[in-house]
Amino acid sequence: MESSTTQPASLPPKAFQLIPDDLETPPLTLGQLAWRRFRRHRMAIFGAILMILIVLYTFGGMLIFSEADANFVETGVRLQPPSLEHPFGTDTIGRDILVRTIYGGQISILIGLTAMVVELFIGVTIGALTGYFGGKLDSILMRLTEAVLVIPQIFLLLVMAKYFSQSIPNIQLLGRTFSGSVLVIIVVIGVTTWPYLARIVRAQFLSVKENDFILAARATGTSTYEIIFRHILPNSIAPIIVSATLSVAAAITLEAYISFLGLGVRPPTATWGNMLEGAYNYVESAWWLWFFPGMLIALTVLGINFLGDGLRDALDPHSRTT
Amino acid sequence: MKPELLLEVKNLQTRFHIAEGTVHAVNGISFSLKFGETIAVVGESGCGKSVTMMSVLRLIPIPPGEIAAGQAFYLGRDLLQASEAEMEHIRGKEIAMVFQDPMTSLNPVLTIGRQLSETLQVHLGMDKQQAHQRAIELLDMVGIPDAARQLKDYPHQFSGGMRQRVMIAMALACEPSLLIADEPTTALDVTIQAQIIELVQHLREKLNMTVIWITHDLGVVAEIAERVIVMYAGFIVEEALVDDLYEEPRHPYTEALLAALPRIERRRDQRLRSIPGAPPNLLVAPKGCPFVPRCEYVIDRCLLEMPPLVQVGRDHRSACWVDLTTGKPR
Repeated sequence: MESSTTQPASLPPKAFQLIPDDLETPPLTLGQLAWRRFRRHRMAIFGAILMILIVLYTFGGMLIFSEADANFVETGVRLQPPSLEHPFGTDTIGRDILVRTIYGGQISILIGLTAMVVELFIGVTIGALTGYFGGKLDSILMRLTEAVLVIPQIFLLLVMAKYFSQSIPNIQLLGRTFSGSVLVIIVVIGVTTWPYLARIVRAQFLSVKENDFILAARATGTSTYEIIFRHILPNSIAPIIVSATLSVAAAITLEAYISFLGLGVRPPTATWGNMLEGAYNYVESAWWLWFFPGMLIALTVLGINFLGDGLRDALDPHSRTT
Repeated sequence: MKPELLLEVKNLQTRFHIAEGTVHAVNGISFSLKFGETIAVVGESGCGKSVTMMSVLRLIPIPPGEIAAGQAFYLGRDLLQASEAEMEHIRGKEIAMVFQDPMTSLNPVLTIGRQLSETLQVHLGMDKQQAHQRAIELLDMVGIPDAARQLKDYPHQFSGGMRQRVMIAMALACEPSLLIADEPTTALDVTIQAQIIELVQHLREKLNMTVIWITHDLGVVAEIAERVIVMYAGFIVEEALVDDLYEEPRHPYTEALLAALPRIERRRDQRLRSIPGAPPNLLVAPKGCPFVPRCEYVIDRCLLEMPPLVQVGRDHRSACWVDLTTGKPR
């Protein structure tokens, strides 16, 4: 009896007072809502943490090891298994694999990001034009898109990589030398992957442009440019972001394919992909040659895909999952 | 072109070419608007009210739409011949339009403030600061409290009535000479309807605007309009001053519409009359009068020829072969 009477008294008295200002919590913006959904998506958080770690590894490693270390050849210690001195072992000409995965990772990630930018630029432009204007322009550009789609992508990539790889000189940037083939690979991946994005953007535009608010915007004299970039594009951004995220992973994998086949980024510039190429003949005898770069590729792609999944759920305004 | 006319539409024909054939949405209609008057355009859903107004503003999607013929002179300038750039300048600045459904007419990802100031920046060349200030004034004018704070809000934080107020504020941002209100109260509940009607009337007087009010609510018409255009199947079937129309409708369709209105003096055991049948399929090119299947006064001529819109009284035009005052063919 005694305990039951004391219990309500122990509740904070404030809970019973209705204070209007407290009840009206400030409404969440769309960004806040998305962040809240993203936060609760366990796999997405895992992916995000994984990506942060990989970026820290590849770009933080720069502070400890110089690029010269990555390309330092010491034939005396070739094909060393992992040891204290070389934690990931050494490759066929005695370069340290740990340092090469750090610098190679930078290139792989940069290729992924910039190829995504190229893809975004072409894909969004073509998707927006076809989706908004329709008619003849749509027919022509969509046939072009299909033409690119019907060619097997790997085949196209290989041909283009081989065709252009000789023509670009090395690039000096931020005091570092990049093989011209990096640029070739970025462009080649960008121009072969955009059709998927273009179709997504086109479909989004087709549906968003039918909304009443587009008509209302036109009725107030909004120009076509403004309609496309301020009204339709922001309303189509969620699938574009998701697709762009996933295409970073796709680009990293594609780079690995091409480099593995020896048509990608030229040595001495390391990438995770061309490190695998050298490992081909040592699959059984020197597992560390392919294990570390291969693992990093797998983890990166996994992390990005989880991230993309989480973004898809978080950015979808219809998703009610928490 | 007489100078007292703000808008003069002549023989406007709008069609839509769809998979099933050609929809004859607007079939050669003509009307004019004097400065400062309010006209109501009434008719059932799908009778071409909105399409007419959207054709004038060139908001019809082409294709599948097509403005097959006609002219629409706004201050002597034919809008149907104007370039898209000229139209962008006219829309919102000279002629503004408010749409039916406020719930979908605002962009969900932009704040109210941004959507309001967009128009101001485009048409009046205001900078951000000026546009922001003016946006506050506008929200204030349409009766939204605490305007400065509400500007930062997104449309989903507003109720339907408030959104329609925002839409009206956007339409009136540049003080247009002509406001086209396309059933602005249909999606709102009755008390809010009354508020919105009152608001538009108040602003019309204040800004000296000409208003076209599209509606299918004859009750609203009596309240706001001076003149009424009755449309049916893409034709104007009757046009009259509002009092004349209510007292003496000269077209069977108008008569039937009025008979369907509840009236306070009606006896309780009397049922409301409805118009039998449905509006015609606009896919079929009209031959004869489109109201024939639902009309009580049909004569042979109705089946063969569409009656022209002729003068039947002072400021009163009707398109019917039968003179309703006598019940005999004209």
